[in-house]
Amino acid sequence: MTRGLGSLSRVMILGFVRDRTAMFFTILFPLMFLVLFGGLFKDSGLSKSEVLQIGPVAMFDQMPAADRADIGQIVTLIKVDDREKALDQVRKGDYAAAVEQQGGNVVLHYAAADVVRSGIVRGLLESMVQTSNLAAAGVSTPAFTLDAEPVEDRSLKTIQYVTPGILGWAIAVGATFGAAMTLVTWRQKKILRRLRLSPVPTSSIVGARVAVSLLVALVQMALFVGIASLPYFGLKLSNYWWMAIPLVVSATLAFMSIGLLAGSWAKSPEAASAIANLIVLPMAFLSGSFFPLDNAPGWLKNVSEVFPLKHLNEALLGVMVRGEGPGSAMPAIGILLGFAIVVGTIASFLFRWDDV
Amino acid sequence: MTLAIAVAGLHKSYGEVHAVDGATFEVQQGEFFGILGPNGAGKTTTLEILEGLREADSGEVSVLGSSPWPRKPELMKRIGVQLQASSFFERLTAREQIRLFASLYGIGPARADELLDLVGMTEKAHTRTEKLSGGQAQRLSIACALVHDPDLVFLDEPTSGLDPQARRNLWDLLRDINGQGHTVVLTTHHLDEAEILCDRVAIMDHGKILALGPPATLVRGLEAPTRISIESGSVSEVDAQALADPDLEVTDDGISLTIATRTPAKVLAALAERNAMRGLSVRGATLEDVFLSLTGREFRE
Repeated sequence: MTRGLGSLSRVMILGFVRDRTAMFFTILFPLMFLVLFGGLFKDSGLSKSEVLQIGPVAMFDQMPAADRADIGQIVTLIKVDDREKALDQVRKGDYAAAVEQQGGNVVLHYAAADVVRSGIVRGLLESMVQTSNLAAAGVSTPAFTLDAEPVEDRSLKTIQYVTPGILGWAIAVGATFGAAMTLVTWRQKKILRRLRLSPVPTSSIVGARVAVSLLVALVQMALFVGIASLPYFGLKLSNYWWMAIPLVVSATLAFMSIGLLAGSWAKSPEAASAIANLIVLPMAFLSGSFFPLDNAPGWLKNVSEVFPLKHLNEALLGVMVRGEGPGSAMPAIGILLGFAIVVGTIASFLFRWDDV
Repeated sequence: MTLAIAVAGLHKSYGEVHAVDGATFEVQQGEFFGILGPNGAGKTTTLEILEGLREADSGEVSVLGSSPWPRKPELMKRIGVQLQASSFFERLTAREQIRLFASLYGIGPARADELLDLVGMTEKAHTRTEKLSGGQAQRLSIACALVHDPDLVFLDEPTSGLDPQARRNLWDLLRDINGQGHTVVLTTHHLDEAEILCDRVAIMDHGKILALGPPATLVRGLEAPTRISIESGSVSEVDAQALADPDLEVTDDGISLTIATRTPAKVLAALAERNAMRGLSVRGATLEDVFLSLTGREFRE
């Protein structure tokens, strides 16, 4: 029985499109985060270190142009003459280090406060000194050479990591709130009761909500991937990106079940919105939507396993960016659908047609 | 005539509360039937059982020839329901609302627009329902209840919260609907409304039906005195007392002199003789008096 499915879907879409708040929080707000993260941290990793060169340093000054370009990718050399001023600036943390030559010694002054940066500069200079020593000793063809190659695509940028996470969060917000708000407002405004007094079967009401939520999620996905793929942001999708579609579909069902639970529980739209926020926001943080969880303590990672968003984010990253095969998404799809069935069943027991 | 509704020995309890306690009544097809009573009398529960929203604990219920419980989509097509709260979808215009309800019953948009016109809402077709006045919203929700041409219409407090003018307009509309052959069942706690609109009423209190019949019959059955008022000072109070029944009072508040009597013809003739009929008004008993005599308390607590 599908009587009313089309017209109910249509009014839900109209209601959503005309609801500025809903549009903002499900589309524009996450998009702002995407633009912010993707644009702000366009260059991945640590920014280049700036190193002061005090007076003449033979090792730098006599460097061939090709080597100079190589080093230029890691550090920027700035020539200064005032030694005291230079050391003071390093002390303050304005620059990563200062280098001077005292006879045969190359002296590196660094601020120990920034371990990572000073380590990079020290390592670099040590290798340069080694190379110079080898050259001085007459070794022109060393026995071993090291070629460093990144494992990901050469064009890997922050946007690659940010897009799946923010998209996952946006879908979670849209599906959870969509289901919760429809349920509560329709119950409170007695629309559910009115529908029950029409020949429309329950399956049409549920079906329309699911269809509209899926549509919203797929529009979100098209919009986010489209914008992130603009040359300015430079997202590059891997070959199996289309596996993101079944992932997004099953995740939408999982998030809707959370929304139905919140909506069945809550008495007013305000309460439903608060409950949904209370679930979605911590879930987004603990699922690595905004920043990776690699450094989080083990117990926290374990906790995050219960959230469907965590599984969605990881699987999306795998198929959209890391180039993992279609099979890699199957466990996540299974978990998401299982979550949707379990939580949806609980919600259906709490479901009421009416406030009284 | 065939029966639209037949209810016998209806019971429904919520825990210790007997919401409906043995109600029995019938509604003829084409009739305008009212269920009256104060808040908590059991009107809404009775209606909900008739509509198939709740299951009765015991008793016989037949709506248009079939039992409303469990819910039957086929029956839903033959009944129209207007709910107390205007249950509209959010952010839709008046026309979108009624066209949606029409489509839920498989009715085309032309009929929806026709209904919108019938309730005088064509001008407001493009207004969002949130922006409609109370009366406009009520008329729209009645139109939504009628869009599929139901045999039986349930109206739950259709005029609550409306100003007097809007109420009168709505009464005209409801009379027209009934005139077109729809059976109408109305719940209200406005007794005057029931007296004006309904062919027959059932007066409910504490889940029981206390009286059943045409409003005029119920009122007449009271044999309550008629109150005749004239301008103060038209006749002396002693004179007035002589005209009134010996056991009934004569009151004078300085503006009107009121004589209570069971023989109004005699009193009116006497007043006419004395040429003392300035500001004359004659008030019979009302359903409020019926309720008072049935329950021993005022209708409005």
